[in-house]
Amino acid sequence: MSDIVRTENLTFAYPAEEGQTPVNALDGVSVAIREGSFVVILGHNGSGKSTLAKHMNAVLLPGGGKVYVDGMDTSDESLLLEIRRRVGMVFQNPDNQIVANVVEEDVAFGPENLGVPTEEIRRRVDGALKAVGMEEFTLHAPHHLSGGQKQRVAIAGVIAMEPKCIVMDESTAMLDPLGRREVLDTVRRLNREKGVTIVLITHHMDEAALADRVVVMDNGRVVMDGAPREILPQMAELRALGLDAPPTVELLHGLKEDGFGVPLDALDIQECAEAICRAL
Amino acid sequence: MLKDITLGQFFPGNTLAHRLDPRTKIILVVLYIAALFCAKYFVSYALVALVLVISVKVSGVHPKALVKGLRPIVFIICFTAILNLLYTPGEELVSFWIFTITKEGVLQAFFMVLRFTMLIMGTFLLTYTTSPISLTDGLESLLNPLKKIHVPVHELAMIMSIALRFIPTLIEETDKIMSAQKARGADFESGNLLQKAKALVPILVPLFISAFRRADELAVAMECRCYHGGGGRTKLHVLRYEARDYLVLAGFAAMLAAVLVLGHFGL
Repeated sequence: MSDIVRTENLTFAYPAEEGQTPVNALDGVSVAIREGSFVVILGHNGSGKSTLAKHMNAVLLPGGGKVYVDGMDTSDESLLLEIRRRVGMVFQNPDNQIVANVVEEDVAFGPENLGVPTEEIRRRVDGALKAVGMEEFTLHAPHHLSGGQKQRVAIAGVIAMEPKCIVMDESTAMLDPLGRREVLDTVRRLNREKGVTIVLITHHMDEAALADRVVVMDNGRVVMDGAPREILPQMAELRALGLDAPPTVELLHGLKEDGFGVPLDALDIQECAEAICRAL
Repeated sequence: MLKDITLGQFFPGNTLAHRLDPRTKIILVVLYIAALFCAKYFVSYALVALVLVISVKVSGVHPKALVKGLRPIVFIICFTAILNLLYTPGEELVSFWIFTITKEGVLQAFFMVLRFTMLIMGTFLLTYTTSPISLTDGLESLLNPLKKIHVPVHELAMIMSIALRFIPTLIEETDKIMSAQKARGADFESGNLLQKAKALVPILVPLFISAFRRADELAVAMECRCYHGGGGRTKLHVLRYEARDYLVLAGFAAMLAAVLVLGHFGL
């Protein structure tokens, strides 16, 4: 399969304040996101993970190096709409990305901008709301919805543009546990059933366990990259990067230290429980 | 506490008045206002009033809601009525101290009150039966020809609908900031007007800062959804005139014509 997003030696620095030298927020990042995959990008605050996300649909343009979206160079301004149609973005605060007063109008906003014919917009809006399980709220006002529901409406707004990839820039950070679950279940279903590539930026380790691949960032560089099963059990390394290992991993590490013969790579609770049972 | 404020005052429903195209309704209100200002005497006013009564009946809006809308301007109505009553020259009815009330004055004041009341009721009926979003849509579509002389019609409509969208969000935010400031001992209730106004500063400053931050994020989010101005945009809901729109428009045009003819004969 081809790469939906590819960065080559990407560097970027935010404009510095007077008298300070600019610090590179991204410092030579080369990653390739395969089409149809579910990638989690982890990192503590200031690690450059959000900056990387914003390069994936040309909200930010590379200071150095290149970013290709579906083969298109993001620094080519004439391709901007085409790039944003391929890669949709969901942000942190659900309130600040909903444009309209009515749920269906908001979902229609993207396709309207793309000049999609009216009947086709109707079909896409209904389809997108169904895909996120919000079809019964079609005519509701967004400000009466919960955080998780608003975020699902925002996802529907992106889906209606029929992108190949959705970048979630800390979209679960402001939600309560229930809202987080709703949103994560939704994106996981989209990934599995519709083959939409998902790039999830987060600092919640348990969300990383859902992915096919985990990329860990620190100081604007990619420091770890691999399957969750390879990355998440490395407790000491993650700690050094300011991240916590998932609770299951911590538990298994503790048991191992106390002399139990448990494996260290059980990520979900079920698997962890079975591993412990076997060891006993 | 602030959450109870409703703006735009829309009563959802499914009557003929609700189903009419918003553009039709805006034109109807213009025709109605024109008729109201051309009306000269009892017969013309009665005709316009009849149209208003029928419209209210059709819309299913409770007349009480319309009367409520008058409350803020009662003072202005009374003031103009009294001025008209006292300062219109003509055939004297009563006279006391320096004031004279004339027959013309009484009539003039009466028509003034009638005109104001009916004007407010008619325009309120528009906002009661049309959702803010379709009102904006209607205005955008009606003002479309102005694009030729470079009036940014689409942008204005977009600004209006985003403003409407963010009213509840900002009200909620104000509520939160007020609670936060109260928790730190801020006092919004006591003191004279100046002190009360000063107490608002710690609310307005954070509110403004957050509004700007929101605007910034919203702009990025809109760009990410391929927003690039009004050019080449399509719509989920396309406005279309139906037979009923033409019928009602014809009816209102006939009313205006009738009022003009009646006015010619001094009725």
